[in-house]
Amino acid sequence: MYCPKVVVDTYNERLDITSATHIDYAQAIPASYYIDAKECLRLNYETCNLCAQTCTAKAIDFSQKPKKLKLDVGAVVLTPGFGKVDDSVLEKFGYGKYPDVVTSYEFERLTCASGPTEGHVVRLSDHREPKKIAFLQCVGSRDETCGNGYCSTVCCMYALKEASVAKEHDPDLDVTIFFMDVRTQGKGFDEARKRAVEKYGINVVRARVPRVDEIDGRLGLTWVTDDGKSHSGIFDMVVLSVGLDAPEDAQKIADIAKIELNNYEFCQTTPGQPLATSRDGIYVAGAFQGPKDIPESVTQASGVAAMASELLAEGRNTRTVTLTYPDEDTALEAEEPRIGVFVCHCGVNIAGTVDVKAVRDYAGTLPNVVLYEDTLYSCSQDALKTIAGKIKENRLNRVVIAACSPRTHEPLFQETLRSVGLNPALIEMANIRDQCAWVHAQEPEAATEKSKDLVRMAAAKARLLEPLEQPTVDVTPSALVIGGGASGMGAALSIAEQGYKCVLVEKSDKLGGNLARLTWTMDGQDAAKVLKDLTSRVKKNKNIEVLLETEVEAISGYVGNFSTTVSREGKTEIINHGVVVLATGGKEYKPNTYLYGENNRVLTQLELEQKLKRGKSFLKGANNIVMIQCVGSRGDDMSHCSKLCCTQAVKNALKLKEAKPDATVYILYRDIRTFGFYEDLYREARKQGVQFIRYTLDRKPEVLKAGRGIKVRVYDSLIGEDIDIPANLLVLSTGIAPGENEALAKIIKAPLTSDGFFLEAHAKLRPVEVAVDGVYLCGLAHGPKSLEECMAQAKAAAAKAVIPLAKGRVAVAPIVSRVNQDTCIGCGICESLCPFKAIEIVKVGKKRKAQTITASCKGCGICASHCPTLAISMGGFTDDAIMAQIHAFAGDNCGEEA
Amino acid sequence: MSQSGAIMVLGGGVAGVQTALDLADLGYYVYLVEKKASIGGVMAQLDKTFPTNDCSL
Repeated sequence: MYCPKVVVDTYNERLDITSATHIDYAQAIPASYYIDAKECLRLNYETCNLCAQTCTAKAIDFSQKPKKLKLDVGAVVLTPGFGKVDDSVLEKFGYGKYPDVVTSYEFERLTCASGPTEGHVVRLSDHREPKKIAFLQCVGSRDETCGNGYCSTVCCMYALKEASVAKEHDPDLDVTIFFMDVRTQGKGFDEARKRAVEKYGINVVRARVPRVDEIDGRLGLTWVTDDGKSHSGIFDMVVLSVGLDAPEDAQKIADIAKIELNNYEFCQTTPGQPLATSRDGIYVAGAFQGPKDIPESVTQASGVAAMASELLAEGRNTRTVTLTYPDEDTALEAEEPRIGVFVCHCGVNIAGTVDVKAVRDYAGTLPNVVLYEDTLYSCSQDALKTIAGKIKENRLNRVVIAACSPRTHEPLFQETLRSVGLNPALIEMANIRDQCAWVHAQEPEAATEKSKDLVRMAAAKARLLEPLEQPTVDVTPSALVIGGGASGMGAALSIAEQGYKCVLVEKSDKLGGNLARLTWTMDGQDAAKVLKDLTSRVKKNKNIEVLLETEVEAISGYVGNFSTTVSREGKTEIINHGVVVLATGGKEYKPNTYLYGENNRVLTQLELEQKLKRGKSFLKGANNIVMIQCVGSRGDDMSHCSKLCCTQAVKNALKLKEAKPDATVYILYRDIRTFGFYEDLYREARKQGVQFIRYTLDRKPEVLKAGRGIKVRVYDSLIGEDIDIPANLLVLSTGIAPGENEALAKIIKAPLTSDGFFLEAHAKLRPVEVAVDGVYLCGLAHGPKSLEECMAQAKAAAAKAVIPLAKGRVAVAPIVSRVNQDTCIGCGICESLCPFKAIEIVKVGKKRKAQTITASCKGCGICASHCPTLAISMGGFTDDAIMAQIHAFAGDNCGEEA
Repeated sequence: MSQSGAIMVLGGGVAGVQTALDLADLGYYVYLVEKKASIGGVMAQLDKTFPTNDCSL
């Protein structure tokens, strides 16, 4: 505040100014201000010193010098992220010359509530709202002229997101995205794209815009569409969808770590070992391994943790420190409720709509409220410290936080309560952001009144909150891995090498799964070698027991204590284990179109690979070879994109050209989705003369019998008419169908996606966990993906699976159902309705009574709401507290019956 | 020589933070090294995330 030196704000992409002494954003961790050493007057010119003089905490010490530290570590993980594409690449598109040409990073900050314009999208030239925006894809990606031949993998998604957010702010906005191929190949991404385009009316144009010109203060674009026609248009703003570059200091990192980089200066890895660098003990995860999105970065991050944990299995728990909490002040908890209410601004997220100070003052009028305050960001570190201090100072024994969603933020505030000796159950949140500020953004007064209602209700409930026990249970230190393909073997090996016993069950008579059918990995290497390496390591490992021709019949129990019944050679067996990894795989889709199964010249990609492996004699006379993409995928049969077929087709086309150089190979496609470094294969295929012809859903290719042969009819948009290709061989990219997951999903009570794959607990932050605690997921069971991704995911699942095993005990969430066995009549309704198998009927004396399996209970409350004798109550959600909340809604301050 | 129980993670973006969290949960001491003043990397600059438009922070 006192710092006189004005500098550009790099956190806000240089769109704003700040001081040399600043904090990047309110929720920054650590939440302390720092001095920009390059800009500070005191450090550069020995003047000023104002901050050191004014700081009351005496926290600024200019005598500090950089220190060299020597860290003794057993492994190193490289996660330096990605760098930015050089400005010179952007200048081609008028960036730097025309202020209304902005990068996607800058646009992101413009749409953000904490950004320089508080979320209002404006033109930088005149601060007016744009009416027409163009997004240009593949800036600094898929572009050899700038040295970045690869696809950056994430830009199609973020452009759709930024376009949607902009349309949400201004529904009249005209947004056009110019792209070459829409690469929304991630799990569920295609559907999200369709939704965004339809819901917001975003225009998508397949064209690469070569340049941007200024015309009367606006921006002129010209482009050529598929049909060869030239178009032009004028826009108010152009957003460059800038790709991900290698980190700026990649070479320096490589030199220090002595690891190899690939030709784009990203870290060099292999499909079988995607997280290993060229040097033992040094691992890599995230965008440095190759451009990737958040879920994949998070997956690799967990995977890399498993690798370090394998290497250092003996060092586990030798350096850890345990967090301790003060004893619970049960006397204070038992006193008459002393409630503190904290109302959060969430920057402008809440305060932009809701009158936060009015809500705060209203809270002060409620019974038992002894403290009422407002905070700018209650989730920031310093705010949490302040809240902790206020709790102690005012001897609060109940806390209400009026802010955002308890789903994301309650644990943070519960931690704060524990840190001052209060039971974490003594907090209640009112979600005035989502339920007031956001949904009633157009009616600030009503939003404020509703916020008051929610706070009154929360306070009424808080008065009746009771401390809850926090039980823990022992863990059986072993794992069950279901599925013996590449992912299952990878997961089992990692768990075993981390030092834990593992049973690997496979229903067929051999290990290998789909990997056994694959001839080459995506980089053209021998897939059999990867398979042989995996199987021999699995067989040699003493911690792994392999059960072939074995099926899972039933799984009971809960995290830490599962008991699984398997059947083998007609006999059943029981396996006790602490965790489960689902690696049940998927299968190649078999179509009933395009003469598949009728004509022996029609093959799938995997069948082609197997034939090629046996020799090339079958290619004799095969002068025309046609591949059709998206047979099954992205259509009526399966709605999802199978993610790897484009790369597989390009890989196999190159193998065909190698085996028979004079053959013409056609690939009929909708979008070529050779994301990441796979783009190199696509470019190589075009160089080798592979013919790429795009088709659309309304004009799908036709396959016709022509005498003994076949011909493929496809509409060529460039010449505007159908062409017939006589095909000696037709290869169908049939995609990946889910395995028979339904039965297992029922056994485990794990949900499936609408496409039939297992659903992860959170798409971004918990990509290898399922909703049932202690059950993890990897490989094709989760969704279509390449071997490389499967191997990384297998490691990730192994890391997550070992966590409870390594801890030895698991904590059980306190919000669980509790049965009052005195009033329970043993009717069994609760047992039949529980979706988690967490409540069972047991014999107590001679009577049947319900009993909660606390460790399995998810606290959904279905049992409590259906119990005919009200014998079940939910921790933290007692009938009394909920009734009080309802009465408070009706306007009764005390939450008691009027 | 006994094995070390400590690991260095270089870079405090979402990948580095997740690695550090998992390693700590797995029983290791982690040095998370970040050149900027706060962790979070590029994800901390994002407003929302595709495809759910969840808050990025």
